Amino acid sequence: MADKERFAEQAMPYMSSLYSAALRMTRNAADAEDLVQETYLKAYRAFASFQEGTNLKSWLYKILTNTFINTYRSRRRRPTEVELDDVEDLYLYRRLGGPAATLGRSAEDLVLDQFSEADVKEAVESLPEPFRLAVVLADVEGFSYKEIAEILDVPIGTVMSRLHRGRRALQKALHEYAEEHRLSAPADVTT
Amino acid sequence: MPDEPVSTSRQASARHERPVVDPCQEAIGTLYSFLDGELTTDRRRQIQHHLDECGPCLQAFDFEAELKALIARKCREDVPESLRRKVADALRAEDVPT
Repeated sequence: MADKERFAEQAMPYMSSLYSAALRMTRNAADAEDLVQETYLKAYRAFASFQEGTNLKSWLYKILTNTFINTYRSRRRRPTEVELDDVEDLYLYRRLGGPAATLGRSAEDLVLDQFSEADVKEAVESLPEPFRLAVVLADVEGFSYKEIAEILDVPIGTVMSRLHRGRRALQKALHEYAEEHRLSAPADVTT
Repeated sequence: MPDEPVSTSRQASARHERPVVDPCQEAIGTLYSFLDGELTTDRRRQIQHHLDECGPCLQAFDFEAELKALIARKCREDVPESLRRKVADALRAEDVPT
């Protein structure tokens, strides 16, 4: 069946991206797998309506996001609309020493390398959903504001607001994790 | 980067002058849009010009760019083989027998 082969060829390569995003959305592997499977099924069934030459990745992500919102968000008992505190510009940069955090490329890498995969994932997952979705779509998947607006079905202004505030909240969360680790890690003798 | 904002647009307007905006504060204000590639060409050129001349702002921008790249790197996941199989099986089951 030509359609199925075409679908497999074009859509399957996005699975790792979709799975990464699904993990950040659902925050557990079993649900993420179900979400990805359901997304591919829906996409396959709707593939005849997909216009060749338009943005397949956006299209797949819209299905993923809608499925997540409709299926998984409703299962959660916690409210999804949460107010984020205002966090200042350059929150993390200032607390990691400002210009001292960027002394030459290797020093910069070292400063940010203190954040483990777990730190970063937990920080992203700590964000309230609307902000988390925007940050994942922009920073992990590289969608434009316009694409994110289409995927989330919100105005571009809303995307920008969620993104800017979400990223700042993320920096605050990362900083808190870094502080926790510093407090719980054995004392470093070197100054 | 100066601590105090120096924009005094109301006073400036009263004197019929252009409002004074601190260029560093203005640049930092556009940081995310700049890094996201969402500025117009002209605006981008303006900000780039400031970065070319302002070490502290350039360092701040570089840090934020590195942080953005870090988040992308750390959040990438490998697809479990079991999931690939499940999806392939599910799609196969979708085929209408002829």
